[in-house]
Amino acid sequence: MRVNFTVNGRPQEADDVWEGESLLYVLRERLGLPGSKNACEQGECGSCTVRLDGVPVCSCLVAAGQVEGREVVTVEGLADYARQRSCASDACGTSLQNAQQWEATGDSQTGEGTELSPVQQAFIDAGAVQCGFCTPGLLVAADEMLERNPTPTDADIREALSGNLCRCTGYEKIMDAVRLAAARQGEAV
Amino acid sequence: MSSPNGTPTKITQGSQTKGGIGESTLRPDGTLKVTGEFAYSSDMWHEDMLWGQILRSTVAHAEIVSIDTGEALATPGVYAVLTYDDLPTDVKNYGLEIQDTPVLAHGKVRHHGEPVALVAADHPETARRAAAKIRVDYRELPVITDEASATAPDAILVHENRDDHHAGHVPHPNIVHRQPIVRGDVAQARERADVIVEGEYTFGMQDQAFLGPESGLAVPEEDGGVHLYIATQWLHSDLRQIAPVLGLPEDKVRMTLSGVGGAFGGREDLSMQIHACLLALRTGKPVKIVYNRFESFFGHVHRHPAKLYYEHGATKDGKLTHMKCRIVLDGGAYASASPAVVGNASSLSVGPYVIDDVDIEALALYTNNPPCGAMRGFGAVQACFAYEAQMDKLAKKLGMDPVEFRQLNSMEQGTLMPTGQPVDSPAPVAELLRRVKAMPMPPERQWESSEGADLRELPGGLSNTTHGEGVVRGVGYAVGIKNVGFSEGFDDYSTAKVRMEVAGGEPVVTVHTAMAEVGQGGVTVHAQIARTELGVTQVTIHPANTQVGSAGSTSASRQTYVTGGAVRNACELVRAKVLEIGRRKFGSSHPAWATAELLLEGGKVVTDGGEVLVDLADVLEDEAVEVEEEWRHRPTEPFDLRTGQGNGHVQYSFAAHRAVVEVDTELGLVKVIELACAQDVGKALNPLSVLGQIQGGTTQGLGVAVMEEIIVDPKTAKVKNPSFTDYLIPTILDTPTIPVDVLELADDHAPYGLRGVGEAPTLSSTPAVLAAIRNATGLELNRTPVRPEHLTGTQLSEG
Repeated sequence: MRVNFTVNGRPQEADDVWEGESLLYVLRERLGLPGSKNACEQGECGSCTVRLDGVPVCSCLVAAGQVEGREVVTVEGLADYARQRSCASDACGTSLQNAQQWEATGDSQTGEGTELSPVQQAFIDAGAVQCGFCTPGLLVAADEMLERNPTPTDADIREALSGNLCRCTGYEKIMDAVRLAAARQGEAV
Repeated sequence: MSSPNGTPTKITQGSQTKGGIGESTLRPDGTLKVTGEFAYSSDMWHEDMLWGQILRSTVAHAEIVSIDTGEALATPGVYAVLTYDDLPTDVKNYGLEIQDTPVLAHGKVRHHGEPVALVAADHPETARRAAAKIRVDYRELPVITDEASATAPDAILVHENRDDHHAGHVPHPNIVHRQPIVRGDVAQARERADVIVEGEYTFGMQDQAFLGPESGLAVPEEDGGVHLYIATQWLHSDLRQIAPVLGLPEDKVRMTLSGVGGAFGGREDLSMQIHACLLALRTGKPVKIVYNRFESFFGHVHRHPAKLYYEHGATKDGKLTHMKCRIVLDGGAYASASPAVVGNASSLSVGPYVIDDVDIEALALYTNNPPCGAMRGFGAVQACFAYEAQMDKLAKKLGMDPVEFRQLNSMEQGTLMPTGQPVDSPAPVAELLRRVKAMPMPPERQWESSEGADLRELPGGLSNTTHGEGVVRGVGYAVGIKNVGFSEGFDDYSTAKVRMEVAGGEPVVTVHTAMAEVGQGGVTVHAQIARTELGVTQVTIHPANTQVGSAGSTSASRQTYVTGGAVRNACELVRAKVLEIGRRKFGSSHPAWATAELLLEGGKVVTDGGEVLVDLADVLEDEAVEVEEEWRHRPTEPFDLRTGQGNGHVQYSFAAHRAVVEVDTELGLVKVIELACAQDVGKALNPLSVLGQIQGGTTQGLGVAVMEEIIVDPKTAKVKNPSFTDYLIPTILDTPTIPVDVLELADDHAPYGLRGVGEAPTLSSTPAVLAAIRNATGLELNRTPVRPEHLTGTQLSEG
């Protein structure tokens, strides 16, 4: 079957999709967007978390056909999504400073200079990334929580991220990262 | 063939990045990992690639009567179906130390989930369905599941006709390896004991549960070879095992490390490497294999479950007199790392204590249970769980404080290990206990708030099982000792290639090793070392592959020590060559070239007094300096097979934990409130990464204390819970705050004085949690993980 849907703001068309294929498979193997991860493929680990019409879901548990006509945001689109969100509330054209930075950046080998969402930057700065396999799902989930709840308590953070397994960090640096993102978000307002 | 999508590239940390050793430099791959751009092995993609699928045995122990692949081969979209008969050479087994593991089962399967056949098809679902059409006729055999059934007089041999190097000294062919250690005179020392404590302990089977499933892409090459993009812990060990099975020389099997989603020991053994290569070579097409989580539980070895029998004695003033122990590890159907795990379990069975008179025996069984091998802590974990329980029992019997009792018996620098080896670097065991005890306690009844109980802070959480009724707090302590590096005479070297050249007017260093970056941050540390040693800011990390010499394994807490040591050594050699060029070009211009100690700092050659002599760019001009060199730590010796004596270890790592738990004693639910850790790391090359290792290791110890266990049916030897639905690892709700106190007492034998960090925190975490639960409940609790029925007394039977 053919599935038409929007991914990270761009219309996408996937052909020859089997009825049994998940959204995760279509993103990873048919659309060249492997950022959403495949740690369990049974809805237990949260590493494939994406937003479907704004709601965080395990994309491994969404049949590809279910996304027909709908909007999906993946980790690859998180920075854009966060920028548009902040632009919706502020007036934000491109400043001269940003335009100059644009020229100076773009080291394709490390991604240094890539524009990141606040939560992505906080995960790097706080040391919340080790192997990084849980990171995309955690970022999508954490970003969604901070959108709903800009000043979360520790218990709020733990509750919101309880569907995302991490095996490397012991979660302490992830807590730090989300607190940091919330604090920076608060300063920016 | 062209390079697949996801081929790793060099990663350069640009000239804005600061950070030599000792600084919390951020990861060079951090941005790639948070944007989803970082390519893990399961993300590899090649045009026209096929998908491989493995058919695994549905029974644990059986003769294979017949295999019918006809229907599978006839399935549209299927390109190949392979069985044992299709293996191309006489080499049909592999293994880390003992080559006892069949690439594909031949005549017999020895454990549930053993690979029997392979399928390659144009869609993963086609491959799965075709594999399901392969008909295997099994004739089941009785299963060997424990020591009694393994060593019974009429026991079936899991492996007949053993000719490995342990076969000659084991008391039974179903014992992989046995290591006794005897020192002093236990019978005489026992006479001095005023109290004697005995215990029998059970340690459940833990899974590494790395999140990135086993996966890789094999691309056939025009020269008849194959290029494998793979997630592993040791490229060259894989290569050594893969090439002979394929019938290819090692230089025709190219290996590139792809992104690794965690490892924790579970990627030391091969998984799908040979299978993907076989299918690629047979079909002439790239073949990708990705396990799902169910298959991952069958696709790698686990932590050895163990039975441990201990006897300790102490005088009434609290001095340990003697220790006797017997540690029986279940190695499962294939040897994997079992012999080395036995070496660790035996030599570290005393723990970080002074006991002169010991009688130790550790062994690993062959059974039909799932194969067990390396997992973080590697044999030391099981022993620590048992000896720390014994310490608490002794303290209680003596009426002493459990921490003071441990401190009274703590080893120090100079203490002899049970193997007779002196501990010749700092061993701050008593100090770590003091520090962890001195940390502030978390406040009581944190769940109370003005709006009633916050369920999220209570055992049972949002299940709303208690508002504080029946909830009792407990506190427990534990400390452990882990060896760092490969022991027992292993040639544990690493190799680094370091290149310095000028690019864009700036000196740039490239570091190329075969080290597997599995998340630990080795790549960050390598760049830090290069900056410190060579005085540059811009460092490029070359992708790890087999075009450079072996780095050894990313395990045994060894990579910062050994590959870090190799990088430092190569940097020193590069520096010497650069200075030689400088001396040639500029030696006559300043007397310091002949007389002073010269350093490379800030892109310049400077004297040890800080005087700038010349820019590195002017020294090198368009010349590049490159060195590739092996580096070794101090050699070790094997343990004597009869007495266990020998200088077997390289270095030790120590951590202590304090656990605070709250237990709903009515329902048997445990909430760990805090897990404080104090650890000596010698020198924290990257403090942020060190904390990450300690907190991550602590959490894996928490997991096996209260939730994680692979359940194997004792009647069928089949795995009952191969999923994240039924095998639970700690979530962010299960994990408490983990305050860490890092001590840095240099080990003068190690680069920068560092100590391996990764494993020690996994040891003492588990017994600390158990001690806290015992403290809360008053129960004996001789097994881990603890389940609710163990606390409520409603358990019907073991298992």
